[in-house]
Amino acid sequence: MKTIRAWQLAVLLAPAVLIYALFSALPLLDTLRLGFYTANDAGVRSFVGLDNYRTILFDPDWSAAFWNAMWNNVKFFCIHMALQNPIGLLLASLFSLKGLRGARTYRTLIFLPTLLSVVIIGFIWQLILSPLWGVGEKLLGLVGLADWFAPWLGQESTALLTLSLISVWQYVGIPMMLIYAALLAVPEEVLEAAHAEGASGLRIFWQIKLPLIYPTLGLVTILTFVANFNAFDLIYSVKGALAGPNYASDLLGTYFYRTFFGYQAQIGSPTMGAAVATLMFLVILAGVGAYFVMVQRRLTRYAL
Amino acid sequence: MQLSSSVGTSSTSATIPTTMRKPSLIQRSFGSAGHLWVHAVLCLYAVIALFPIALILINSVKTRNAIFEGPMALPTAETLTFAGFQKVLAGTHFLLYFGNSLAVTLAALLLILLFGAMAAWALTEYRFFGNRALNFFIAIGIMIPIRLGTVSILQLVVALDLINTRTALVLVYTAQGLPLAVMILSEFMRQIPGELKDAARCDGVGELSIFFRVILPLLRPAIATVAVFTMIPAWNDLWFPLILAPGEDTRTVTLGVQQFIGQYATDWNSVLAALSMAVIPVLILYMAFSRQLIRGLTSGAVK
Repeated sequence: MKTIRAWQLAVLLAPAVLIYALFSALPLLDTLRLGFYTANDAGVRSFVGLDNYRTILFDPDWSAAFWNAMWNNVKFFCIHMALQNPIGLLLASLFSLKGLRGARTYRTLIFLPTLLSVVIIGFIWQLILSPLWGVGEKLLGLVGLADWFAPWLGQESTALLTLSLISVWQYVGIPMMLIYAALLAVPEEVLEAAHAEGASGLRIFWQIKLPLIYPTLGLVTILTFVANFNAFDLIYSVKGALAGPNYASDLLGTYFYRTFFGYQAQIGSPTMGAAVATLMFLVILAGVGAYFVMVQRRLTRYAL
Repeated sequence: MQLSSSVGTSSTSATIPTTMRKPSLIQRSFGSAGHLWVHAVLCLYAVIALFPIALILINSVKTRNAIFEGPMALPTAETLTFAGFQKVLAGTHFLLYFGNSLAVTLAALLLILLFGAMAAWALTEYRFFGNRALNFFIAIGIMIPIRLGTVSILQLVVALDLINTRTALVLVYTAQGLPLAVMILSEFMRQIPGELKDAARCDGVGELSIFFRVILPLLRPAIATVAVFTMIPAWNDLWFPLILAPGEDTRTVTLGVQQFIGQYATDWNSVLAALSMAVIPVLILYMAFSRQLIRGLTSGAVK
């Protein structure tokens, strides 16, 4: 019955495969290739093997900036894992509680920031934290902490942390929704049975709900990882391509942008940019690879 | 408004005597005060989530003095002004930017839905050589961010003479959204009952016609899910508009606001107005479609 001619199959597949290949898959492969080349002033490219990578990773002028961006990115990710995902989990488990009035309203309201552009969110927080306006100080004053206030976005020691917290504040909606969807799928009978056995609310959460949503927590982790190691918009709109002060908020995304397009005295280089993109690709690939290995193990274990 | 009403319902539901209805799981778990505690946490977080946005909206319609003297105060008759909005409208082509964002995201969504559905149908319905490999090839795009290929994408766009065009953005966002869309739509198509297709086949309808006349109209419920996952990232993106279409005529809202604020950083009225103008349309759309959006998000997530 299900017979389709080859040309019909081609008609169905061609548009999606062509656009995806041309604008996503092939550029990625080409970027990996370009990382092995260098261009002279005339724009003629020549193969240089691993030279670009040697420069980025070991040349004193380059490597400090790269490792700074990498290390900052690791911190950025750790802060998201420590705050964004637990808060998302807490909120989702609260408003998925059965019989809670207004759950839909909470869900809708709390998700709103996630919907807005990072650029907008970055500017909003920049204004609120601006010592010039003083709103941040006043708000802290309400809880008696006015003395704590400092120009957090402008200080080398606090810029990255502050930007991470802004990002956490915005994106808490994503783990919240994913975990919420997973919690909805937990069968009601299981919870009722546990309750009939006398399990407390907390125990039901830790021993039944949480293990059942482990796959979703894994998914949330890898999505956070990919998004964080690819982040750019927030830093660029709040701190510019230089990710100041003194590169304190530099991430791999902004480092890639500067390498590619140049900044101040440094001239941009597509081939060096491609090499940085390749390194980012390897980091993300390692994360995704680790995730699939773990998921595969888990799934097979549960299937038996 | 909505916030205070939900607070109201919380206190009433907590005071209803438990004998009046079967106590819910949470009441049995936390006692009758359970609701109050949960509501307190959720209310607090809702305030944290909304306050910064409300603050910007409130101050965008106030005079400069009022912005600095009483940032938390609502505008009064004396402090109310729309000067910032006028400046933004006069100093930028904001409506053009808005139109660009809308055109780019809608065109990308349309292409993603049509091409994604065609591919998903071919991949789920027919067995052919290379099916699994093709599935895998497309699935890679879900996890690997398209931005990593920017160096080559820029070269390609320049070579195709598409720099500073909306077409370039549409093509890139289509490529970005297709992998996830194919996965979501494939999942959806597996649930379409086989009898439907078989009936059409018995009537001698061709395979392509089955897709376009029988299957495609059935996909309507999946549109929300695909739209959520493809339109929001495209609408909010700064990276590709900045690199592929920074020209005045093709600027999107996100880029337009970013550039405008960069120039007018010290003009608080204009900055606040520009931010509000970027937020308000999204807010209105969200109020209208939040149900569909959240349903789309959660139904996509379960699979």
